Amino acid sequence: MKKMLMATAATALMAGSAFAAGHAKEVKIGVILGFTGPIESLTPSMADGAEMAMKEVSDSGLLLDGATVTSVRADSTCIDAAAATAAAERLITSDKVDGIMGADCSGVTGAILTNVAVPNGVVMISPSATSPGLSHMNNEDNGLFFRTSPSDARQGVVITEVLMDQGIKEVAVTYTNNDYGKGLADSFQAAFEEAGGTVTINAAHEDGKADYSAEVGALASAGGERLVVAGYVDQGGSGVVRAALDSGAFDTFHFPDGMISAKLLENFGSEIDGSSGAHPSPSPELAEAFGNLVDGAFDHTSPFTPESYDAAALMMLAMQAAGSKDSNDYKSKIMDVANAPGEKIGVGELAKGLQILKDGGEIDYVGATGVELIGPGEAAGTYREISFDDGKDNTARFR
Amino acid sequence: MDFLNAIVALLNFVVVPATVYGSQLALGALGVTLIYGILRFSNFAHGDTMAFGAMVTILVTWAMQAAGMSFGVLPTALLALPFGILGAIALVLLTDRVVYRFYRAQKAKPVILVIVSMGVMFIYNGLIRFIIGPNDQRFADGARFIISHRDFKEMTGLREGLAIKTTQGITVIVAVLCVLALFYFLNRTKTGKSMRAYSDNEDLALLSGINPERVVMVTWIIVAALATIAGTLYGLDKSYKPFVFLQLLLPVFAAAIVGGLGNPLGAIAGGFVIAFSEVLVTYAWKKVANYVLPEALAPDGLAQLLSTDYKFAVSFVILLIVLLFRPTGLFAGKSV
Repeated sequence: MKKMLMATAATALMAGSAFAAGHAKEVKIGVILGFTGPIESLTPSMADGAEMAMKEVSDSGLLLDGATVTSVRADSTCIDAAAATAAAERLITSDKVDGIMGADCSGVTGAILTNVAVPNGVVMISPSATSPGLSHMNNEDNGLFFRTSPSDARQGVVITEVLMDQGIKEVAVTYTNNDYGKGLADSFQAAFEEAGGTVTINAAHEDGKADYSAEVGALASAGGERLVVAGYVDQGGSGVVRAALDSGAFDTFHFPDGMISAKLLENFGSEIDGSSGAHPSPSPELAEAFGNLVDGAFDHTSPFTPESYDAAALMMLAMQAAGSKDSNDYKSKIMDVANAPGEKIGVGELAKGLQILKDGGEIDYVGATGVELIGPGEAAGTYREISFDDGKDNTARFR
Repeated sequence: MDFLNAIVALLNFVVVPATVYGSQLALGALGVTLIYGILRFSNFAHGDTMAFGAMVTILVTWAMQAAGMSFGVLPTALLALPFGILGAIALVLLTDRVVYRFYRAQKAKPVILVIVSMGVMFIYNGLIRFIIGPNDQRFADGARFIISHRDFKEMTGLREGLAIKTTQGITVIVAVLCVLALFYFLNRTKTGKSMRAYSDNEDLALLSGINPERVVMVTWIIVAALATIAGTLYGLDKSYKPFVFLQLLLPVFAAAIVGGLGNPLGAIAGGFVIAFSEVLVTYAWKKVANYVLPEALAPDGLAQLLSTDYKFAVSFVILLIVLLFRPTGLFAGKSV
């Protein structure tokens, strides 16, 4: 038995070193997304976006003296933390990936990060996890986790800016009673109060009820110049707005991303004139540039697809800047390549960026979404601010 | 002036919604209490009977709207209501014939009938979802408001507005008419008297020559009519979603039990007790207090006893308290 163990260990060692030697010029990036599960309709184009960036870099032949980049896909399922952890474990131990582009949903992303990525010391860049719970302010993630989508905490700050710019100092907040609603409502309240505003009430509403008059009664009693509805347009959010309009409790509202949809105008039309809204969305110029690059190969307007391209691109640019594909070497470079100073690098200009880095220069990666990493390494995000007038939603500005 | 503002705020956010909700609960609880008094079991399928009647009404309303018919400022659904009632009557009579009659003939215990009614509830559930689907349906039309909060403010010059929706007015008026008609029927007509006799003492009623099958049939017809009216009014005023009627079952039963099961007067009182306490306990009194109290005494907080999340818990607490002190309900009904 002992001999058997020795032999196995020896074989494993040899195989390992042979593997490492044979693939020195190959960079492997794990793409772990929910190819099955609730967001399976979004993930194929997200993966395509990431792999397009990898192909661009491989074709340039500039990364780490001509390394090729290959993608290894794995299924995060979006909801099953155990399955996602096992898939990520496989990526790292058997496929030996040099970084992970993923995961997608906040829950499984947290699970993979704490159970697999941090213990193994592998960088993770998520294109789509937005939970404020994933912001590692005290470096619990060893500086390994980044995301190219904004945290909902950021949205709280954006709502605060939108309202403050309009001179609104006192608002009531209602949120749908789940992780998204509560996280957003709490982060908004913190940001708004820090900026000198007052949140008169921060009350939950349950989705799927017929009657919200009691909820609106409490909101009306607390008062406020505007009602922030952190809910879903297909669910209780619209019910609360309807009851508030009918009883005259509030005339104007602020709508976060869960409420922005064509359905909102269909439901309320010009009744919500004077309200505001904001949701994450790249500026039209960036969206067009990305669309031209994709050129119809897949759906470039699908949510989080440009974020996926950026996540993969950032990882490879950081490797180039560090001159190494070891996570612990390049993790500290991700912020450097994403932010100023340096030459701006847009989509389709990865070769240029790699060349500058190779020559010892600095770059400021803009990419498909205008990446700007803040705080513990998450995108500041570009938000489209909306004003509602005459029954239409108009883009007021981008922030 | 501040005092007036306080009263208007209270009317707008407490009295009007609670009165309307109470009327809807009372109509629902009347159906439950009639079944309990005459057929002697708690009918858990009542919520879905309401949903079914309202569904037929909605389908007929859509047909009428498509054909260009309307009822002026009133919702078209009122015209379609008789068809909904007919549909619900057909359904409950069929159910009685196929299901309940079998257990009645066996003299099944009430608890068995309760379980049977839950089975019926699930079948109705499936039937409704099969026909109209689980989603929200909109069928209200006509004028939205009797008086809107903006008009009210302009008329009176007060700072607080008072809004009364057309559907809210209709709900209260229809509920009052239904209750009057029901009490006239129970107290003044021969059939109604025979129903009450059957309810009070079954054996004595049978001996005096009352036909039990006829009493049962009339009861189902009345219950189906009440359920359809309650369901349609609730759907008109709020929104029609099949699942909501399942949730409505809780306050409806609470109302019937608080008032005293089997006692129609109690069902009405119970409906209003439940509705007002749900709204009053979860209302934030800050605004009203700020108007009435002098500045020094005005509360800083919301002055809210319970968060609105606990709305449904209020009905249960009241149910518990009433049953502890008066096991037969406020208006001596049958003990449960």
